[in-house]
Amino acid sequence: MAVPIFRFDPVELPPEAIVLRHEVRAFIKEHQHLMGFTRGEFNRDFSRAMGKRGWIGMTWPKQYGGHERSSFERYVVIEEMLVAGAPLSAHYTGDRQSGPNLLRFGTEEQKQFFLPKIAAGELTFCIGMSEPNSGSDLAGTRTRAVKVDGGYKINGSKLWTSNAHRADYAILFCKMAQEGQQELDRHAGATQFLLPLKSPGIDIRPVRNLLGEHHFNEVFLTDVFVPDWLLLGKERNGWNQVTSELSFERSAPDRFLVFFQVLREMLRMAGPHPDRATAAALGRLVAQLATLRSMSLSIAGMLQEGLQPNNESAVVKDLGTRYEQDIPVVARQLFPTEPELEAAETYVSMIARATMNAPRLSIQGGTREILRGIIARGLGLR
Amino acid sequence: MVMRDETRMLLESMGRLFDDKCTKQIVDLAEKGSFPDELWRAVSETGVPLAALPESEGGADAEWSDLYAVLRVAGRYAAPIPLAETMLAGWIAAAAGLELTDQPMTVGPVRAGDRLTLERDGNGWRLSGRASRLPYARCARRIVLLADGPDGEMAVALDGTAGAEKTEGRNMAGEPRDTLSFSGLRLAADTAAPVRGGTTRAALYRRGALARATMMSGALERAMDLAVTYAQERQQFGRPISKFQAVQQNLAVLAGQTAAAVAAANVGIESLSRNDAEAEEFRVAIAKTRVGDAATLACEIAHQVHGAIGFTQEYALQLATRRLWSWREEFGADVEWAARLGTFVCARGADELWPTLSAP
Repeated sequence: MAVPIFRFDPVELPPEAIVLRHEVRAFIKEHQHLMGFTRGEFNRDFSRAMGKRGWIGMTWPKQYGGHERSSFERYVVIEEMLVAGAPLSAHYTGDRQSGPNLLRFGTEEQKQFFLPKIAAGELTFCIGMSEPNSGSDLAGTRTRAVKVDGGYKINGSKLWTSNAHRADYAILFCKMAQEGQQELDRHAGATQFLLPLKSPGIDIRPVRNLLGEHHFNEVFLTDVFVPDWLLLGKERNGWNQVTSELSFERSAPDRFLVFFQVLREMLRMAGPHPDRATAAALGRLVAQLATLRSMSLSIAGMLQEGLQPNNESAVVKDLGTRYEQDIPVVARQLFPTEPELEAAETYVSMIARATMNAPRLSIQGGTREILRGIIARGLGLR
Repeated sequence: MVMRDETRMLLESMGRLFDDKCTKQIVDLAEKGSFPDELWRAVSETGVPLAALPESEGGADAEWSDLYAVLRVAGRYAAPIPLAETMLAGWIAAAAGLELTDQPMTVGPVRAGDRLTLERDGNGWRLSGRASRLPYARCARRIVLLADGPDGEMAVALDGTAGAEKTEGRNMAGEPRDTLSFSGLRLAADTAAPVRGGTTRAALYRRGALARATMMSGALERAMDLAVTYAQERQQFGRPISKFQAVQQNLAVLAGQTAAAVAAANVGIESLSRNDAEAEEFRVAIAKTRVGDAATLACEIAHQVHGAIGFTQEYALQLATRRLWSWREEFGADVEWAARLGTFVCARGADELWPTLSAP
């Protein structure tokens, strides 16, 4: 057939991943008091403890503090942590995308400086992509860098920067300032920096989300000096690099396990002998979840083979967020309640959190429309 | 896991065979009632229909996973032959030591509510009960049925429909679905034997459901292929409709549902080599439920993208969509399998959900 079909060849987890799963479950049990639901908890002690176990930077080379384990082992650690609601925020961005991007584009000096610290759970990264006028259209970035003696001077602002107020570094996406002429190529001049968030000239202000929580920030940069050695990759190669960073972000297995705990509570509400309609509604969700997990494992297999499954990752994220957003919809049909954030009953507070968190799932890490655009390009339509 | 070379070669050669012998004209004629003998002969000569049997029984000890992969190809071509039914009939009959044929066979009961009984009658047997909507019963040289005997489940092999009260029917894709009723039909002793090797009614129902889910994943691949190709060819407002974002977004959803259907069918297929009835039931339920959901959404989009031409008999899309609408209801509709799945996970308890899903 002429039309490309996205293939998700089935994979089986290797025996070492199965052993590892039991270790992870035991670790979670020890830290049970830290587990939560959609709170995005930031806990450096927990990240350090994970680093000690060798569960950050698992697939990276040992010379940079990594552990040279397989994508499947990493997959198992992440899925168990997500299902449990572990506080991953202090290391997850570094593990998922900043570290891999450094490995790919960083200098030897950068790799030796940053990667062991990330893998130890001691260094927190955040993402410096979105701006007030540049969301899905990343190429529209207005933050500008100018070459100065010994480094770069950067001006601009970033928005929706999760954890900027408690992170150590951001991978900043911006453009080299052009003198006078308009660029025809919108990707021209794009450049990435490893930006220390404590640098003079950086002002970080909270943007509270609709639950009243502080994860997002607006980050203002006024004549911020970044030394030469913190340029990531090459000047003006930023578009290529950020595309790679996004593919690391999107191929993570975290796009359908955010609301797992709601599904589990729905089963508890249903009890051991649900009526047929309830059983069918729950069965549909379970079938979707099992299929998504199989597809995501297949992506882990592609990563293990050194492939870049960008289209497949977009497919899984699109299907995954659709499934997750359906969970609270089905829940309120089966087990209606008046949701309340601080309710004592687990189910009632969870539905409140799920309902209010649902919109972000199909926005963060690439909106539904952008992902479908990627899939359409993969089909040869664009 | 990379597909084995032998599997790849098998699928490629079956694809070529169907390309050549399973044209739209052949499918159209079959729907009008003319069985595609030449297609059947060609498929039969490959040995695929009985390949799961041991070599001593004339098979090839083939992996079920490979044969189900062939069913996906057959689904892609809307092959109007009882290929899955013959595979399953051969599986049951060979295990029970009943006589086989390389001619088309069918198998039943295919409906959860149907029941057949077998009573001793001198040296032989008497068969009673009803097997509704048996696929291709009127074209089958041998009909393999599972019945409750005096000492447990029995397999029965009939030479065609003689002696049965037959009501012919068809599914929405024009595939024969014939209901056979028996009121004490006398059978010779050697036409029935106790089931062996786990070829029970429950197992037949599971494997039949998985066969339909797998064929559906192939039909979905065809629907998607047609929709994407058509959108690139069809010009409106001075450009191909594939250049419109609204159409692109729909096709992206169609591609996602198709990929999910293939993956879900594979979840079921993986269980076939495990010899674990409970795991097989769980995974087939996932497959039939998810593929059914995918089909419902995907058919809608494939037709929407095609506009009026997709609604015609002349254009091939309907060969895929009418089968999808039919097959999603056979061997248990997706709602039935979803209820089984939900009942299973609820009975195990909420805290066992993740251990169950993540079990190797």
